[in-house]
Amino acid sequence: MKELLILSGKGGTGKTSIAGALAMLLPETVLADCDVDAADLHLLLSPQVREEHAFWSGVEAVIDPILCAGCGLCADLCEFHAIRMEEKAELKLFSCEGCGVCARFCPEHAIRLQEKQCGVWFRSDTEYGPMVHARLGIGEENSGKLVSLVKKRARELAEVEKASWLLVDGPPGIGCPVIASFSGADFVLLITEPTLAGLHDLQRVADLARHFKVSVGVCINKWDLHPGYSADIERLCREQGIPVLAKIPFDRAVVWAVVAAMPLPKHAPNSPAALAVYGLYEKIISLAQGN
Amino acid sequence: MKIAVASGKGGVGKTTIAVSLALAADIPVQYVDCDVEEPNGHIFLRPVLDQCREITLTVPEIIEEKCTGCGECRDICRFNAITVFGVMAMAFNELCHACGGCFLVCPEAALVRGKRLLGILETGQAGKIRFSHGILRVGEAMSVPLIAAVREAAEQEGGLIILDAPPGTSCPLIATIIGADYTLLVSEETPFGLHDLQLAVGVLRKLDQHFGVIINRADLGDGKTGQWCRRENIPVHLEIPFERGIAEGYAAGKPLIHCRPELLPVFASLLKELTS
Repeated sequence: MKELLILSGKGGTGKTSIAGALAMLLPETVLADCDVDAADLHLLLSPQVREEHAFWSGVEAVIDPILCAGCGLCADLCEFHAIRMEEKAELKLFSCEGCGVCARFCPEHAIRLQEKQCGVWFRSDTEYGPMVHARLGIGEENSGKLVSLVKKRARELAEVEKASWLLVDGPPGIGCPVIASFSGADFVLLITEPTLAGLHDLQRVADLARHFKVSVGVCINKWDLHPGYSADIERLCREQGIPVLAKIPFDRAVVWAVVAAMPLPKHAPNSPAALAVYGLYEKIISLAQGN
Repeated sequence: MKIAVASGKGGVGKTTIAVSLALAADIPVQYVDCDVEEPNGHIFLRPVLDQCREITLTVPEIIEEKCTGCGECRDICRFNAITVFGVMAMAFNELCHACGGCFLVCPEAALVRGKRLLGILETGQAGKIRFSHGILRVGEAMSVPLIAAVREAAEQEGGLIILDAPPGTSCPLIATIIGADYTLLVSEETPFGLHDLQLAVGVLRKLDQHFGVIINRADLGDGKTGQWCRRENIPVHLEIPFERGIAEGYAAGKPLIHCRPELLPVFASLLKELTS
């Protein structure tokens, strides 16, 4: 089984559209949507949810207003400025890191730590293979941990299914959730766009991939919006020994496939963008066979 | 006055809008890039950066001679950043959240305050705009304290502050928008755009903060984002069409209102409306 992780650094470059298209093309695939902050792959693949599980992670302080004497020690000790002092201590929304320092030092024992549900995760079936995905609760933290959980469950599922591929749609950025998505990946496909911002962010995420010693390939999406920068990206990749696997043209069919809630090759199999995706798919298959 | 520009989804045009607002301001303004994982504002504003500061997190360092291996520090640490081997504690500072609990409980005063580099804060000037951004160290997982440091530095200077937020709806977004006077949510007319806008609206409503929407590439898609906003009584301040010229300008790092100068008064009046 090969694990293919799709990342971009910059958001909005087309990770999910390309992940959805590859989900349809790759054989015997298990899918994982690791962009738990703003999961969108389900909008393309219309999964039938088979299992739904609560995601519990970490703890949050709960202050008992009856026991609280309003001494303010908890607010003084909290490095996250999560406690507001009025007459009594009050926890600020979305600020508690769950470190437990307040509970440990409260002289009145007015603070306890409560486990919290940070989201839900799903095991679903799609036309293109089983899928593990999740939804982080509104404004919840621990997205890195939820990403790790989604990947773990997806990998278990891939083993049970004897899948050939585990296809992972990753989150944007280079921070906690992206770092969590790296573990176990055999290959990272970096989606970029021919803009100065795309180039800048590609460099950072490529550095991160190098940091984790995972091999990478690049796909330039909407390459013809600026052929000059596409050439710059190709040059940069050549200098760094990163193969450019595909150049996908700007194509409104991609937008309409999303609107139709279908993978691009299904909605518009002969569109210029779909043709380029077939080429990408073939490159990925031959790289996998070469390894 | 703090105006945040956020979106839930990446790549819908947060930076384009935030940069346009900063350029349209006729009062002293700061542009603050809080997307520390992938800051892009500098590409469009091309600031002259004159200050750079390292932002660090306070993490424990264990003094071997003093540590007795009692395990108090390990027991209070909820992030598994401290373990005890034999008679000595050992810190895994990449896991540390800097709650400071270990320093408080060590009976031997065997911990000293060490530092972990989170990233850097750079500031400078882009014409009349005071510019700042944070750059997260590659490999660093915790962006929130860096975002907090970037915001704090800007808030000390005051004036009108435009905060360019990171994508998503979890802690980095909240660290940017919490306490903002107004948040502009940028979206697009696709199911992805609408879905992620709905998540971001959920956050804003839970925070009980004021917000409105700007729809980018408004003619590229199904029109359902605008419909949903109207149904939910969310103000749509602006709809920007898809134009190849705008996309090409963006690609080249050219601010929107330089590609489309007629939008300058539109952003100026939006800013007036939001600041009055």
